[in-house]
Amino acid sequence: MSAKQVLDIDYTKYNFRDSDASYEYKFPKGLNREIVERISQIKKEPDWMRQFRLRSYDHFMKRHLPMWGGDLTTLNFDEMLYYASPTEKKSRSWEEVPAYIKQTFDKLGIPEAEQKFLGGVGAQYESEVVYHSLREDLAKKGIIFKDTDTALRENPDIFKKYFSTVVPPEDNKFAALNSAVWSGGSFIYVPPGINVEVPLQAYFRINTQNMGQFERTLIIADENSRVHYIEGCTAPIYSTDSLHSAVVEIIARPGAHVRYTTIQNWSNDVYNLVTKRAYAHKNATVEWVDGNLGSKLTMKYPSIYLLGEGAKGEILSVAFAGKAQHQDAGGKVVHLAPNTTSRITSKSVSKDGGRTTYRGLLHVAKGAKGVKSTVRCDALLLDEYSRTDTYPYNEINEDDATTTHEATVGKIGEDQLFYLMSRGLSEQEALSMIVMGFMEPFTKELPMEYAIELNRLIQLEMAGSVG
Amino acid sequence: MPSTLEIKDLRVSIEGKEILKGVNLKVSQGEIHAVMGPNGSGKSTLANTLMGHPKYKVDSGDILIDGESIVGATPDVRAKKGLFLAFQYPLEISGVPLAQFLRSAYRSVKGEEKPQGKGVGGEMITALAFKKKLDEKLKEVDMDPAFAKRYLNEGFSGGEKKRAEILQMAILQPKIAIMDETDSGLDIDAVRKVAEVLSNMAGPEMGVLLITHYQRILEYIKPQFVHVMVSGRIFRSGGPELARLLEEKGYTWIEQEAAATV
Repeated sequence: MSAKQVLDIDYTKYNFRDSDASYEYKFPKGLNREIVERISQIKKEPDWMRQFRLRSYDHFMKRHLPMWGGDLTTLNFDEMLYYASPTEKKSRSWEEVPAYIKQTFDKLGIPEAEQKFLGGVGAQYESEVVYHSLREDLAKKGIIFKDTDTALRENPDIFKKYFSTVVPPEDNKFAALNSAVWSGGSFIYVPPGINVEVPLQAYFRINTQNMGQFERTLIIADENSRVHYIEGCTAPIYSTDSLHSAVVEIIARPGAHVRYTTIQNWSNDVYNLVTKRAYAHKNATVEWVDGNLGSKLTMKYPSIYLLGEGAKGEILSVAFAGKAQHQDAGGKVVHLAPNTTSRITSKSVSKDGGRTTYRGLLHVAKGAKGVKSTVRCDALLLDEYSRTDTYPYNEINEDDATTTHEATVGKIGEDQLFYLMSRGLSEQEALSMIVMGFMEPFTKELPMEYAIELNRLIQLEMAGSVG
Repeated sequence: MPSTLEIKDLRVSIEGKEILKGVNLKVSQGEIHAVMGPNGSGKSTLANTLMGHPKYKVDSGDILIDGESIVGATPDVRAKKGLFLAFQYPLEISGVPLAQFLRSAYRSVKGEEKPQGKGVGGEMITALAFKKKLDEKLKEVDMDPAFAKRYLNEGFSGGEKKRAEILQMAILQPKIAIMDETDSGLDIDAVRKVAEVLSNMAGPEMGVLLITHYQRILEYIKPQFVHVMVSGRIFRSGGPELARLLEEKGYTWIEQEAAATV
């Protein structure tokens, strides 16, 4: 992508909202036991799920906010909407989707993307997934890709076997909240030995003001299977705060390979507080590719538990913090078995007083011999008002572990800018090019259209950085 | 009318210290000028000032391209007017492939090529046309096509960096090219190679201002004009014979002469 190519994109497409969205169910603000019960009732859930939600609600009410990380003092749980459903039924084909929702997705370009690249599309509009399709040949191989509510109804056994086994409600306050009011998200099951050759993708979107979004994603890759799931997120711009609190669970059974790619671009009023965790069994590989733009505060640390010998984990995280934004991101790897390997790469850019934090945990358990781990965090500060911090926590309980940690903080030099500008690039183009280059180790891991999109977003964030 | 770069009584300082003390020089398209001089005489200051490095402050005098002053213009504006600087120490830009960088630069300097045809198809055509041009130029400067995908100057050897500068020049086709110590840090074979490529490129369409400490590159590029810079001034100008004189006698005598005239 050249800087020039990026400039002619109409980015206003993300800054819109539907005024005439009609909601089937829309609750008053705030949360109580009745609302939790009612969500379960509307969804016609089995009793075990109702009880799970209530248990989670109770824990949410008594659990403290985290005592670390970003500033949560202005987060008001009583001002949030916890459930809204635009249509009751899910549509199987694009034609059945209501016109106003279709317009929204048209603006996001989903159908085109699907035609070209996607194996299956799950598009989430508010809490219910309204559009879902999976290419037939994939379905024939026994691959399940549907929204999580539908999976609970249609695939109850496998659902119950794995649901909440990786992230229990008691994990943290936001996991508890999600467990109480979750709605939508993606459910994926890949049978043993199946290689899903095309990425599976879902788009999430928040439309209603003060709407919380609590999707729940569960991915099970059975033995020696392979799958790549991609999730893109955008939210329109509102002046008051919204809350996004997802839970993502991945189970990579022995020999499986799972990659989970997210690029999130929230509007500046969103609290993005997400719990993502994966279990990697013997010789399995899990890769989190995680890009964070926008939001008021993001706290997100994708984690991987390496449970079986020979398991591999990789976390690649980028964060871009602009004015009044705090990206508190990183990764956690827990080595619980011998000869497991991991790599964490974090890249962050701060500008206009934005703040990035790398927060990482590397844990090597007693008995996990022959562990290898690499952690690298690079931060780029675009001005003197911005800030970056690094908090790496290492708990190494085996002497033979090979671990390396490297951290760099860089600034764009006058000479670099002069060099690029001497070749005809404007100051802003030169800055964007350096930032995109800095992000390149991340961008190159993305499918082409996501790489282009990310570079557009960076270009947009960089606009107005000069003068 | 050939394009000209004209430097008039240029005085330049860095952080309050005067480095150039009244430089006069005129370079036209089709001419090759060599500016020689001892270390610290102000040669690199001249090169960087002409291209508009923000660290160098023009205190008085003027720099004109085709009669128009460019003092105060940003480097990108100067590039668009046809000026090019081959850096003594090219910067490394991580994560930016050489080909992508050159395409952006080419578009900026030469103006947006209008895609032939609509949408992605038209974009593909212009992308392919550029790739063809780049492949040709890579061949001309004797660089492996694999360099196109490598990050700009990252991990390049000294000689490769200098050759990449010439490649950039070949793509951007400036009217006036300033070569800042393009021969420094290279072994004799690399100097010859770079010089050959440069002489092939220097023609009626390009004027060259070759800044160098040593005479050896002038074995392969024949300047019509040689200028000797001492203590921030052009102390003497002449033909190729002046370069040979410097090679034989070194810079000491001319520095002494210059000191005596102050």
